[in-house]
Amino acid sequence: MNAPAPALHIAVEKRLSERITIAADFQAGDGVTALFGRSGAGKTSLVEMIAGLLRPDRGRIAVQGRVLFDSQARIDLPAEARRVGYVFQDARLFPHLTVRRNLLYGRWAGRRRGALKLETVCRLLDLDPLLERRPGALSGGEVQRVAIGRALLADPAILLMDEPLASLDGPRKNEILPFLERLKEESGVPIVYVSHAMEEVIRLADQMVLLDGGRVAAVGPIEDVTTRLDLRPLTGRYEAGAVVPVRVEGHDEAYELTTLLITPEAKLQVPRLKLPVGAALRIRLRARDVTLSLTRPEGASTLNVLAGAVRELAPAEGPFVDVLVDAGAPIWSRVTRLSADRMGLAPGRAVYAVVKAGAIDRASLGRAG
Amino acid sequence: MGDWLTPVEWEALALSLKVASWSVAVSLPLALATAWALSRGRFPGRTLLNGVVHLPLILPPVVTGYLLLIAFGAQGPIGGVLQDVFGISVAFRWTGAVLAAAVMGFPLMVRAIRLSLDGVDRRMEAAARTLGAGPATVFATVTLPQLLPGMIAGAILSFAKGVGEFGATITFVANIPGETRTLSIAIYSFLQTPSGDAAAIRLTVIAVALSMAALVASELLARRASRRIKGFDA
Repeated sequence: MNAPAPALHIAVEKRLSERITIAADFQAGDGVTALFGRSGAGKTSLVEMIAGLLRPDRGRIAVQGRVLFDSQARIDLPAEARRVGYVFQDARLFPHLTVRRNLLYGRWAGRRRGALKLETVCRLLDLDPLLERRPGALSGGEVQRVAIGRALLADPAILLMDEPLASLDGPRKNEILPFLERLKEESGVPIVYVSHAMEEVIRLADQMVLLDGGRVAAVGPIEDVTTRLDLRPLTGRYEAGAVVPVRVEGHDEAYELTTLLITPEAKLQVPRLKLPVGAALRIRLRARDVTLSLTRPEGASTLNVLAGAVRELAPAEGPFVDVLVDAGAPIWSRVTRLSADRMGLAPGRAVYAVVKAGAIDRASLGRAG
Repeated sequence: MGDWLTPVEWEALALSLKVASWSVAVSLPLALATAWALSRGRFPGRTLLNGVVHLPLILPPVVTGYLLLIAFGAQGPIGGVLQDVFGISVAFRWTGAVLAAAVMGFPLMVRAIRLSLDGVDRRMEAAARTLGAGPATVFATVTLPQLLPGMIAGAILSFAKGVGEFGATITFVANIPGETRTLSIAIYSFLQTPSGDAAAIRLTVIAVALSMAALVASELLARRASRRIKGFDA
């Protein structure tokens, strides 16, 4: 028996202008795949090609094994036949229709019949109070929720989300993120999530495709891509840090702390999290929240000390240097060059990484599939 | 009813309304197609088409009427075919008045529709396609509603033009009471008769009122439609 087809397999070329040519070849599995890169890296063009709104010069696109485009076989399904859900950055709700008619557009206009019910989607995205309103009377966050619901109800085989939070301010973003997390857990639809915001990517994505100048610079689990030194110029625009997969080991109710397990030897204690024991999640440890010590610190107020060894050093801006430490998982620490020299930090050197418990907040958490 | 107008005057008014209504009904689909070709089409001769559509706006109406007479007269190249194949006669018939009104109002209608077509949000159309709607459905459910204000405005402008059309109509289908004597032509005729002043004035008042009503209605309808489209009204 054949292995199940990947959620997405794309290998395309498209010349957009004199200077920009997109040439991307990658596969994405189930769950959430982040398309990450700076503006102009070709993220939106790529998802438009998957959706059938932009025609590649050559190549092949398949979703769940179904070929949508193949220049050699002369296959080019029109957008309406692709079953590719698209949540646009600017939502694009139909202004002359009520929210209900917008949500059900895929059914009455597109003749799509999916297993998902309107009630289910309304519960998932909390849309019930909005159903009879018109898009002009919705807030930015509500508009995006309706747009997500509309795409889901059109029975997509894959859901493309093109920076759905980019047009929202900070509080609105935080209003939507929990919905996206729920969507990921409950809908079962593979998602391609375009973003240039690392915070969102870490919270939502399982895999990451790093784009640079129209080309794929790296593909892989986001823990790997974010810790690769050679990709720092591309991933490092956000504040330097490492993404670490952990598991909830237990809660200490008296001290309101939760213990997270990186490996059986490497544990972190963080402020109490509302997650069940055994839950898998990803945390982001910012480099500036991790300090290094040659001896195990005693009598200090920090709870989290991880024994490890220096793997690599990478110059950072100004007087700093980022040190990649193997402490059960690779984590970054930002220290001054002066300290690094005084401590004699070099690959292989045994060190203790000290992590501030308060460094792990809600925003740096992502539920791992 | 109708004591304030003589039967002859009523006849002229009713005929004008009939001619203008038919002219709008016939030219609306054509104007939509033409506006579509001008706004979305990429074909050689687009500029030429644009020019031809606008000709009736610039040509002397008498010239337009005379050209219609040559083409659509009983012996004309198009008129002959219409007569032989479809049994439709337009020469010196009220149908000819409809044709003249439609031609004269056509540029107004095309312009109004094309303006709103240029303003249609094509990103909405792309969104509709990703939701499974084919080109025809996208047009009916997304594009057309956005075109509505422009179509209403264009239709009413063309209607008002049709009610008042004079030059092309009288040249093409002459002045036949009950058949082609529309409002404007009736006013002209009354002015030619010694005792026709009172009737001419009554019809003139009606013409002014009709035009004003059309203008106000087009304004109101277009405003309402555009509010609906922008999603503020239920």
